[in-house]
Amino acid sequence: MTDLTKLTIAEARDGLKASKFSARELTAAHITAMDSARGLNAFITETPEKAVEAATKSDEKLANGEAGLMEGIPIAIKDLFCTKGTLTTAASHILDGFTPEYESTVSANLWTEGAVMLGKANLDEFAMGSSNETSYYGNVVNPWRRKKDDQPLVPGGSSGGSASAVSSNIAMGATGTDTGGSIRQPAAFTGIVGMKPTYGRCSRWGTVAFASSLDQAGPMTRTVRDTAIMLEAMAGFDAKDSTSVDMEVPNFEAALTGDIRGLKVGIPKEYRLDGMSEEIAALWEQGIEWLKSAGAEIVEISLPHTKYALPAYYIIAPAEASSNLARYDGVRYGLRVEGDSLDDMYSRTRAAGFGHEVQRRILIGTYALSAGYYDAYYLKAQKVRARIAEDFKEAYKTVDTILTPTAPSAAFAFGEKGDDPLEMYLNDVFTVPASLAGLPGISLPTGLSADGLPLGLQILGRPFDEETVIRTAGVLEEAANFTAKPDAWWRG
Amino acid sequence: MSLDKATVAKVANLARIRVEENHLDTLANELNAILGWVEQLSEVDTENVAPMTSVAEMQLRWRADEITDGGYQQEIVANAPSDEDGFFAVPKVIE
Amino acid sequence: MGMIIQGVTGDWEVVIGLEVHAQVSSNAKLFSGSATEYGAEQNTQVSFVDAAMPGMLPVINTAAVEQAVKTGLGLKAKINNFSVFDRKNYFYADLPQGYQISQFLQPIVGEGILTIDLKDGVTREIGITRLHLEQDAGKSIHDQHPSMTLVDLNRSGVALMEIVSEPDMRSPEEAAAYVKKLRSILRYLGTCDGNMDEGSMRADVNVSVRRPGDDLGTRCEMKNLNSVRFIQQAIVYEANRQVDILEEGGKIDQETRLYDSVKGETRSMRSKEEAHDYRYFPDPDLLPLQFDDAFVAKIKADLPELPDEKKDRFMNTLGISAYDAGVLVAEKEVADFFEDVAKGRDAKLSVNWVTGEFFGNLKRTGKTIATSPVSADALGEVIDLIKDGTISNRIAKEVFEEMFDTGKSASNIVEEKGLKQVSDTGAIEAAIDDVIAANPDKLAEYRGGKDKLLGFFMGQVMKNTGGKANPGVVNKLLKPKLDG
Ligand SMILES: [Mg+2]
Ligand SMILES: [Zn+2]
Repeated sequence: MTDLTKLTIAEARDGLKASKFSARELTAAHITAMDSARGLNAFITETPEKAVEAATKSDEKLANGEAGLMEGIPIAIKDLFCTKGTLTTAASHILDGFTPEYESTVSANLWTEGAVMLGKANLDEFAMGSSNETSYYGNVVNPWRRKKDDQPLVPGGSSGGSASAVSSNIAMGATGTDTGGSIRQPAAFTGIVGMKPTYGRCSRWGTVAFASSLDQAGPMTRTVRDTAIMLEAMAGFDAKDSTSVDMEVPNFEAALTGDIRGLKVGIPKEYRLDGMSEEIAALWEQGIEWLKSAGAEIVEISLPHTKYALPAYYIIAPAEASSNLARYDGVRYGLRVEGDSLDDMYSRTRAAGFGHEVQRRILIGTYALSAGYYDAYYLKAQKVRARIAEDFKEAYKTVDTILTPTAPSAAFAFGEKGDDPLEMYLNDVFTVPASLAGLPGISLPTGLSADGLPLGLQILGRPFDEETVIRTAGVLEEAANFTAKPDAWWRG
Repeated sequence: MSLDKATVAKVANLARIRVEENHLDTLANELNAILGWVEQLSEVDTENVAPMTSVAEMQLRWRADEITDGGYQQEIVANAPSDEDGFFAVPKVIE
Repeated sequence: MGMIIQGVTGDWEVVIGLEVHAQVSSNAKLFSGSATEYGAEQNTQVSFVDAAMPGMLPVINTAAVEQAVKTGLGLKAKINNFSVFDRKNYFYADLPQGYQISQFLQPIVGEGILTIDLKDGVTREIGITRLHLEQDAGKSIHDQHPSMTLVDLNRSGVALMEIVSEPDMRSPEEAAAYVKKLRSILRYLGTCDGNMDEGSMRADVNVSVRRPGDDLGTRCEMKNLNSVRFIQQAIVYEANRQVDILEEGGKIDQETRLYDSVKGETRSMRSKEEAHDYRYFPDPDLLPLQFDDAFVAKIKADLPELPDEKKDRFMNTLGISAYDAGVLVAEKEVADFFEDVAKGRDAKLSVNWVTGEFFGNLKRTGKTIATSPVSADALGEVIDLIKDGTISNRIAKEVFEEMFDTGKSASNIVEEKGLKQVSDTGAIEAAIDDVIAANPDKLAEYRGGKDKLLGFFMGQVMKNTGGKANPGVVNKLLKPKLDG
């Protein structure tokens, strides 16, 4: 039999329907892969027994012709989604032992559609990071390595465990969350496809909040088609989330027509950063050429406030986080460090429970909201954000989608970015603007760096027009024909 | 605007994060680096710009006034580090 | 009349503003579907949302919005079609989210007016600054465990209306009148049960003092007072404390103070500015709260008659005095009861019976209108019996007491006990003749000029007829007979 872990979701779906193999066989193959890949540290919690149980049910449903969109497909769930009866940590010490009594809407939707959970994927603590170096449960390792050395590389972040698991064929897909690029950037670093849908498309209910006005769940898979399938399963209106949009979920897979003739694709000039690496510039140029030859019209556009997206983001996200994370106080769940008084208990618990980066962001956010500084920081940032959103609105009067690089570089080695948080923040330079505007965006691998590492391009779209984004991505994917795979060194 | 040690201590207290005295300086430097970088926002003309409060152009949805939740005390306290007879328990507060 | 404190250095005026937290009458909480009913077992009316579990999100309750708008209309206030929910960030054991969802810069209701009723029918207008919606916190119990504080989140997330007044009150009496009037309006509207014992209504009282005519002085806030009496006591204590400090050349620190109802004094809790920086910002989990004019118009159309309007109507169309009307409308239940009694009956007689005998008997038996054994209809029957001359006023009072004790109807009691009033002139004349015959000496004195004895004869006749003689008829017949 073929290696079942190499199949795409679409192929596995068809194979299951044709009874070429069972959901239990499919799941077993992935559990074996998970067992042999501990070196990647992609999971915080593995749930093989639950996976087998779910696969058994899937086989019954398949036999009865009741298969859901993701029936029998083994996936990883970012450990930011609350899963009933399964430890949920947000990769933080402060959620020690927290076992939710409820299921997040996104994961529940996936279970309804038949998906099988392999485990809870590692991430940056509270999704705050771009390299997966801030997890309390240790770094996630990128399956890819440079040609020239064996140095372990970061998988990107914050959905690094999800990215690593999908890239290394442990999981056929994984949920991610994207606040400023946390799906798209690790997808680019690990050579997979990742999509952040429009804010409001996927419910936030039951997902540990980082920055409420930015957080959005999305799929991470190995192909654009798989992303379309998985997004359809995850998305949907949820009355429990006031920011969830009451809109039909389209058949995203049907959007993959392969035809983008006449489509207007915008190339924002402000994304040509000073000092952009040549290989990123070349990758982008290549993408433009591919789309052009597929019949798209390339239009240079201007997004004048691009430069201010990162600083605005690094006020807004920490400000919201400082408030969202106030609930982790040692009273109702998670870690408690005893103290002489209630306040002492709080501050000891939170000092011990939050890692350095999380603490730093809470402090920045607290300061940005505090009396006398609110106008200068938070309010100003939200106004700048409005201007950034306006830029996009303006651009979408003339173009249908926008093409940009996903990240300014390929994956880097652990510790390489040094101690300067600002250097790390720059990783999100291309992903953050769309996050601030709430727009859908996809990253897909389109080439390799000189070191042999995957590089990604990003396609952005109009609000709730994921279909055009997916359609464009499908064309680009076919043109790029990215087939490179990491050597499976971790199995050694 | 630049944070001094005392301000960092005040902010840490507001956030209820215990910071050791000898760490305040380092932290102040880190925060100042970030805030200094953020200063560039002042270059943006935001005169007459309304702050963005929601991304989606939609109306707030209202729920019907019906009792649809609650009634599961055990699930509520199930994860509590300390609970007593269905209550959460915290160090004694003297008012 | 304002309260003036006479200090050694001169007079001081007391300035009071109130922030009342009124629990919205609703089945479910402001942002979750759990119940709001009072007195449930700890943490049973708590959802994952109320306990601020990770990933939980708020969804607003329609009833809270309607009730806030309704209350705003009752306070003749500006209704804001666009308002914003903010997070007020602070840490406390009974505040699970680490923030309270409230409204800061853009509340749902703006400026309004509340007319307070003072002694002798005097009224005064107090400005309402705003009304906003917010979540209640849970409850910390400090005395049930030797080393721990216990936390119950049943109240956590219950919808409150915070109603803020202008600093327009000048005496404890005015503050009391304000709270009573506000409670009355809320009850009329059905937007809050006004039950202070159960914490459905609590007041934060801001007190400052100043020389008459001066600018406002520095205020102190006393939080969470849950009775009208405590509010008055706290104001008196606090105003005098401030005067004492100022007279000695001291300065008032703006602070939150706790009123200790046992000791009858206020004491400092913590300096507000130092410990708190609430870091308000719009709650990103919620969108702005918006509704159109039609929504407001519909609520307005269904608005009940409020106490001030009712009072006017009682005075103008029923001819009731300002004082009586004020007493009747203060509680909606009383006003409703009265209107049932007075329907098609003499208004003045109805007022007297409701505020006199009925209240007196309620008090005597420790009952309330809700538990009263005598219904409005039953009281109405008593009045009818007086009106048609079946029983005298005096007999009626006895009958009424018995109605309270036995729950029987007036006609039953009159029937059973044979209390029917005698208006038959023949019978009464006979009784008069008997009394005159039995008291020749008194008759002589009367005829000798001692007019006052008329009362004596009147009494004797009534006594002889067992009180059943119609006093009007007796009066008419007695004098000619005595006069000979
Ligand atoms: Mg207040
Ligand atoms: Zn309040």
